[in-house]
Amino acid sequence: MAERELKKKTTTTRESNEVVEEEVSAKSESAEKLKADLDDLLDEIDEVLEENAEEFVRNYVQKGGE
Amino acid sequence: MSIPKICGIETEYGISVVGAADMNPITSSSILINAYANEVAERTRWDFDGETPQRDARGMDSLVSFPPEVETHLVNTVLTNGARLYVDHAHPEYASPECRTPRDAVLFDRAGEIVLRRAMAAAQGGMPRGQSIVVYKNNSDGKGNTYGCHENYLMDRATPFVKIVRYITPFFVSRQIFTGAGKVGSEAPGLDHSVVPFQLTQRADFFEEEVGLETTLKRPIVNTRDEPHADASRYRRLHVIIGDANLSEYASFLKVGTTALVLAMIEDGALDDLDIVLATPVRSLRQISYGLDLKTEVPTVGRGEMTALQIQWEYFERAVKYGDREGFEALGSEDQGAWLLEEWERILSALERDPMELADTLDWVAKLQIVSGYRERHGLAWSDSKLAAIDLQYHDLRPEKSLAARAGLRTLVPEEAVIRAVTEPPTDTRAYFRGRCLEKYRDSVAAANWDSLIFDVGSDPLRRVPMMDPLRGTAHHVDTLLERSGSVVELLRGLGAEG
Repeated sequence: MAERELKKKTTTTRESNEVVEEEVSAKSESAEKLKADLDDLLDEIDEVLEENAEEFVRNYVQKGGE
Repeated sequence: MSIPKICGIETEYGISVVGAADMNPITSSSILINAYANEVAERTRWDFDGETPQRDARGMDSLVSFPPEVETHLVNTVLTNGARLYVDHAHPEYASPECRTPRDAVLFDRAGEIVLRRAMAAAQGGMPRGQSIVVYKNNSDGKGNTYGCHENYLMDRATPFVKIVRYITPFFVSRQIFTGAGKVGSEAPGLDHSVVPFQLTQRADFFEEEVGLETTLKRPIVNTRDEPHADASRYRRLHVIIGDANLSEYASFLKVGTTALVLAMIEDGALDDLDIVLATPVRSLRQISYGLDLKTEVPTVGRGEMTALQIQWEYFERAVKYGDREGFEALGSEDQGAWLLEEWERILSALERDPMELADTLDWVAKLQIVSGYRERHGLAWSDSKLAAIDLQYHDLRPEKSLAARAGLRTLVPEEAVIRAVTEPPTDTRAYFRGRCLEKYRDSVAAANWDSLIFDVGSDPLRRVPMMDPLRGTAHHVDTLLERSGSVVELLRGLGAEG
């Protein structure tokens, strides 16, 4: 475990603050993009989701298998 | 040195009929497979000789076991990519050909999705107006009925089964943090949505034993079915029933890759120093599946409480050392082995930081993100049937309905390769010989099986060609012979000459 933590630390250490800041801002931008993507996806789901969810779920009955 | 981890994935698909919800699923599954066999591919009979699903790897006949019946009357066919497509119980099932690498296992599992999609289209023509057959790649109907996605790995017969059980059990219980396909709610008795709103896996609710022969009741974490479909004196086939069917290619690759690697390590004694023994594996399986923050601790014998992540890291660390020492010949590809370790580390690290970072990689995270987002947007209770519908529809194979196809999952195999794998076999296992013979001598193949082909050469009795070694019958072994054999008689003569 100690070995792994050491490795992780060395790979995430950055030499200057500038780099770290850039990363942070890139991260928040990508977080915003992810949220926008999720919103689009949820819009799409509203369109394609089976209209009568209750009946759809009730009718989906399987026999056990394997 | 461990033996090559030849592997494959068999998937039982969920099936329903729009416009005729009460149609017998054996009927609809048969219509589906027949439609594919008749319209898309030619039909070759499956040969049931050598099927012994009741044989127990522990070397005894268990008195409380109820072996699955082999239903010979149901529809069964074998495809030119070396796969088997058939009706199993009340489900359409696609069993991939034998694959040499984890990536190929993913490729041929994905090819199975295309096969089922084409089967749906082919079946449509024969359906009454307003009815259509729909197939789902999932493992539960949300009402307590489950069906499997099984993995198979070639093992050295010399490795004691108890040793496999000892070292694979903690791995199986903990790997669900990246293999799980996610599920809204729980199907275990007495656990409503207030207790388990969402869990990591489709299957954890259904496991009741640590080790056993059954697959349809009292499901065990380690299945003991001893049916190698190969030379039983040298090989066993580990039949793994504890996984979920994955839509994410990455999850599927990690599932098969890490499991194959761990099994190779068991064979080579590379886990002999691993001292993790779960005190309550069955209970821990469920607790881990129910703990979305991955902080659930489960009791061990002598190591105190551990999380699934801690357990996985211990396997991972040994895998790194093993790779340095032995390489990845067991996985059939040094590159894939090295990449597998990178991805395994990336996934464990991300799961440790924030699982939601993996919404483009793991099925359970992708599904959870959609379900939670939808729930928040519409202010729904976890028990709302819309969320159950999203869960189900995530697995719908119809492109116009599939939510997995919309979830932004990263892909691993190019679509052209998947399409090719629908008809062409892997080149580096015996599936090559099976698939090519079916393609070239279709009319003369009387029946096919995992470990043999039966040819009808006309006047003589049927001729069985055994294929007891999954590593033989590759393109390297048989391409020249296939090329120069214009007829089956020539092929058989050539095989005889080669001994």
